Amino acid sequence: MTEQERKDSPEQIEFRAYCRRWIQDNHPGQPSIRLPLSPLEIMTREQLDYLQSWQKSAYDAGLVGCDYPTEVGGGGRSDCQRVANEELIGAKTPFYPNVIGLGMAAPTVFHHGSEELKQRLLPRLFSGEDIWCQGFSEPGAGSDLASVQTFAERSGDTWRINGHKVWTSLAHFAEWMILLLRTDKSHKYDGLSYFVVPIASRIGQGVTVRPLIKMTGETGFNEVIFEDLEVSDAYRLDELGKGWQVAMTTLLHERGAGGLTTPRAGGLKSDAALTVTARSAIELAKNTRRGAAQASDDPLLRDRLMKQVIREQAFTENQRRARVPALNDHPMRLALQTKLLATELAQDTSAIALDIAGPSASLYLADDAAPARGQWPLAYMNSFGMTIAAGTSEIQRNILGERVLGLAKSK
Amino acid sequence: MGQPNNYGFEEEAAYLKESARRFFGDKLPVNELHALVAGDPNPESEANVPWPTELWGQMVELGWPSLLVPESCGGVGMPWVAVAALLEENGRAACPSPLLCSLQSAAVLKACGDAGTDALSELAVGRAATLACLDESASLYGHSVHLVDGKLEGSAHFVQDAEKAEKLLVLARVVTCEDEPPSSESDKVALCWVDADAQGLSFKRNAIVDLTRDQARISFSGVSAQVVLQDAAAAWQSALPALWVLASADMVGAAEWQLQTTVEYAQQRKQFERPLGFFQAVKHDLVNVMIAIDESKSLLYSAACALDWEPEKALQLAHMAKASATETAALASGRSVQCHGGIGFTWECYLHLYFKRQEHSQRLWGDAAWHRSQLAEILI
Repeated sequence: MTEQERKDSPEQIEFRAYCRRWIQDNHPGQPSIRLPLSPLEIMTREQLDYLQSWQKSAYDAGLVGCDYPTEVGGGGRSDCQRVANEELIGAKTPFYPNVIGLGMAAPTVFHHGSEELKQRLLPRLFSGEDIWCQGFSEPGAGSDLASVQTFAERSGDTWRINGHKVWTSLAHFAEWMILLLRTDKSHKYDGLSYFVVPIASRIGQGVTVRPLIKMTGETGFNEVIFEDLEVSDAYRLDELGKGWQVAMTTLLHERGAGGLTTPRAGGLKSDAALTVTARSAIELAKNTRRGAAQASDDPLLRDRLMKQVIREQAFTENQRRARVPALNDHPMRLALQTKLLATELAQDTSAIALDIAGPSASLYLADDAAPARGQWPLAYMNSFGMTIAAGTSEIQRNILGERVLGLAKSK
Repeated sequence: MGQPNNYGFEEEAAYLKESARRFFGDKLPVNELHALVAGDPNPESEANVPWPTELWGQMVELGWPSLLVPESCGGVGMPWVAVAALLEENGRAACPSPLLCSLQSAAVLKACGDAGTDALSELAVGRAATLACLDESASLYGHSVHLVDGKLEGSAHFVQDAEKAEKLLVLARVVTCEDEPPSSESDKVALCWVDADAQGLSFKRNAIVDLTRDQARISFSGVSAQVVLQDAAAAWQSALPALWVLASADMVGAAEWQLQTTVEYAQQRKQFERPLGFFQAVKHDLVNVMIAIDESKSLLYSAACALDWEPEKALQLAHMAKASATETAALASGRSVQCHGGIGFTWECYLHLYFKRQEHSQRLWGDAAWHRSQLAEILI
């Protein structure tokens, strides 16, 4: 019995047993198609279909949206999503494709949307039939998110939207978007409002989705251009001018700190996946020849590898110490380091792996002789997506300096 | 046996940490520490090494030096994490006292099993002790003191807080005949318990940079020794992780003081009409120091916990803790002085006390690169 199970409530005990049975009976096994590393890297319609049908069957069985009320298509349970996800991860099922919907859009719509909107949108969000995407960043508004310029102009009960969103993962598959935009140009924060807008059904009618190719050559995210897209005022969340507050609900859940957060569910990855850890880099060093010796005999590489081992261990211990209040002077001090440390750690580990591989690090995915099938250069390049997305490392350091150390705000 | 999720850090440990922080805050504010130890800036003078002796008396009354001593020997028998927490506060106060060296001596004596009980009982009544175990290259295996027919000969180097100690725990190579040529590391070593004022023993105080400690070379000439353990190589080896954990705790605590003090300065000091902390060059530097401290602190408690709960992992976790604490100390020292600007470079600013204490600790008991090289031997 795991520690989580020991702490289960009676409802959770029963639900856990139910989930376990259902997963046993319905686990799809190893898929015949190659699955992406994460939902944000879904590239083909075939991959999407496979994952959507998995999410639909899990929703129909009551494993998705468990803690939302039944009126909006939820399970009406209390703190049971966590239980379902633990069981899914433990059983290494596939993951759900609608991660932005579950993780960010659902809690935002639930807390800020009208009853009618919730009842209409949330069931198809939970089932994965409608994929969601997020329209926050713009070419001119990255770290300074509140400077977004996408503008909605009102005419009666209709809004006409013009603007340009970027880094929009899943937009090429999305039915809906959560959209932060401006309804008043004279106030930076109070001039923002928040909408849900249709995407797929309006392609060519005010919406253009164009793929952005990542530096790795992979697709996965997009830019979305709005040209006189007309939407009803019923699609607005919360009051006019409250967009920034609504966006904070979204970001809170994105960083894993909101009450309705849906953490990772499922863990089945393609066999080709690489885990970016110091342990993998050490294995690489042991299997890489340097003249008459191994790369793992090089004292400088050994020192760099041990630095990474120590940082990784410290990262794990940070998560553990964060749950011992007597060993924390400030309640958010460790929690707010998590994203920053995890992403920089992965970046530095893959950089060392490239140095270990030496000139063989030049070999990429299509080269049969590439170490780890070319995944190391891919991981290193992709690591910059992680240190930039969801608040750059620089923004994370600002947040830590201001919220934890109490230093003056840099804006 | 795995580690408990909370590191075994129970209520009594939390109480000890909290009361230690209050104790040092009340009794040794940094301005008083500075007035006591930094009276004479002249680097050429052979200054005294003043220290708050009455404070040590109070620590003894609180039972701190006997925390590691088992109850059966008259001590308190607290877990290692509690002792690490106490030493973290000791480091935060940069307190000059024989607390760290006495606890390190206790760690070695504990590793001696039953043979260590008599000496541990003396620690339990508050007699300060220190380790005389390093040769002139600070090697842990140099053994520059010899035990010949029950008498000690030779010299021990880098003896910490030697002038504050009443007892010495001496690591000596056992030599059967005095003219025997020096030989390999595999020779038998013994641990001996010696009065600091024993006949034939002489101190040569080192003129050191750190103002919050003293250090000496101790020479032995026919000194009578009480042999604690005749064949002590294994006990010595098994005590090393604990020595590194205790040393790391002091550094982590000192680094937290350096961070907090510099943060306060960055909030108050204004340039270009803004507090220094507004500027990201300063803000991000300080956040990096905080991150380094937290990594070291988490590793410290994991290693301390392993000493009690997961001894088979203690060696590698202690290597990680000391390597990390050493890097953190260097970063915190450098950034604290730099971010203070000109005032940070002066004698009147208290920072130099911590800068020097950290510099001292960084190279003692193995520097970061040495600990990483040892770790690599285990993991690669």
